[in-house]
Amino acid sequence: MMIPACRLEDLPRGEAHRLDIDPPVSVFHTDDGELFAIDDTCTHQDASLADGWLEGCEVECPLHASKFDLRTGAVDAPPAKLPVRTHEVFVEDGMIHVRLSMDAPNLPPCIAARLAGGPA
Amino acid sequence: MRTVAVVGASLAGLSAARSLRKQGYDGRLVVIGDEFHRPYDRPPLSKEFLAGTLGEGELALEADGEDLGVEWLLGAQAVELDHAGRAVRLADGREVHADGFVIATGAAARTLPGSEGLAGVHTLRTLDDARALRDELARGGRLVVIGGGFIGAEVASTAYALGLDVTVVEAAPTPLAGPLGETMGAIVSALHADHGVRLVCGVGVKGLSGETRVDAVLLEDGRGLPADIVVVGVGARPCVEWLEGSGIALDNGVKCGADGRTNLAGVVAVGDCANWYDPRAGLHRRVEHWTGARERPDAAVATLLAGGAVQPGVPRPPYFWSDQYGVKIQFAGHAAGADSVTIEAGAADDRDVLAVYRRAGRPVAVLGMNQPRLFMRRRKELAADAS
Repeated sequence: MMIPACRLEDLPRGEAHRLDIDPPVSVFHTDDGELFAIDDTCTHQDASLADGWLEGCEVECPLHASKFDLRTGAVDAPPAKLPVRTHEVFVEDGMIHVRLSMDAPNLPPCIAARLAGGPA
Repeated sequence: MRTVAVVGASLAGLSAARSLRKQGYDGRLVVIGDEFHRPYDRPPLSKEFLAGTLGEGELALEADGEDLGVEWLLGAQAVELDHAGRAVRLADGREVHADGFVIATGAAARTLPGSEGLAGVHTLRTLDDARALRDELARGGRLVVIGGGFIGAEVASTAYALGLDVTVVEAAPTPLAGPLGETMGAIVSALHADHGVRLVCGVGVKGLSGETRVDAVLLEDGRGLPADIVVVGVGARPCVEWLEGSGIALDNGVKCGADGRTNLAGVVAVGDCANWYDPRAGLHRRVEHWTGARERPDAAVATLLAGGAVQPGVPRPPYFWSDQYGVKIQFAGHAAGADSVTIEAGAADDRDVLAVYRRAGRPVAVLGMNQPRLFMRRRKELAADAS
């Protein structure tokens, strides 16, 4: 599935834009001008990576200390243990689009339970 | 360097082992831990694990299939560092010879004198502590938490959610005044009263009463608080007794430089037992935070492998978090020494504040309650300003 995110001119370098889909996805514009899209929720606990500490091609979860590689989704260290999904990003007519991954997301236990229809 | 011994198998020890491999060390690596468990995560012990929503398997710090090529010596207590002989001696008489040593023995919960052997009295530091407390809380009843610091507050919050009748006793007039200052300590500890948890401040604990099992906490003003379960959360002391006589400099833990180096060649210290030099403040600090145990081993290992020939970078300001009554509390920097604290977003009454601490106009710390986005921005500014 392809989703329009926001206009490139509205997403300054060093910032992130969250798509409020379920599960949410975020587009990151790095200081070097690259664009990446990953699942927005840290795989350890319910936290928005769009609120995190963006440095180079890595974002650190705003709550704890795990960092995710925007290029691969890989996580560097605990408390998170699973990678986030990455999504394809492209710009067309000044508009950022995200092509959602078909892989199963790695969501923290509380979110996974909610999406499965169980208790939050 | 052909053998490195890491003494301590918790987050700091595991992070050191990871740093060693990441930084190219391919020699023999021995990790010595006095508990029988592989490295596990402690923050959930007072929260999700105690509440029963997170199991033991999920506490593991190692990733599935992670192989650091480590020889694990678990259930092995280090009792002596023989620097001249380049060996760590264990309680069972074994010796581990090595050329490099990482001291990561952590800290142990302080106890209440006279409470030994009384059933129903707990501290919370290890997985075994948490198992025992979890089983008791499941039976319900009246819980008295001695100490209104973060561990005490988190246990109170978890126990409240489990339906227990909870009282928190704090000797200081305001809980958390040490880490957060008076003003914000009062705001954060108001979370207890919001949820009907009694908070008794400004009075010390004289002792506990009970024959074989605790039945009350006795206060210095003569009052008695009936209790079925007591949790003692009065801080921790660095586990460094085993290093006495080794020639290593001890002062509130292992005294070490900004890069973790100790006064002994080939020995570095990390985690809760390490009293690091803080180049910004010009003094030594022992910071018992998860984040420090996770991040500082990188620098200490670089120092160990380079024989002390590297210049340490300036570490980020210390950071910690807490979760109480559904509120995410985050703090970075040092509140001590601030001459002002200003709430810059949210409202104290709503318990969702972003507060900035300043000294002579410069930010020195930031506190967030349910403000992860603003908090992270401020934390970045704090790190940039401080470096």
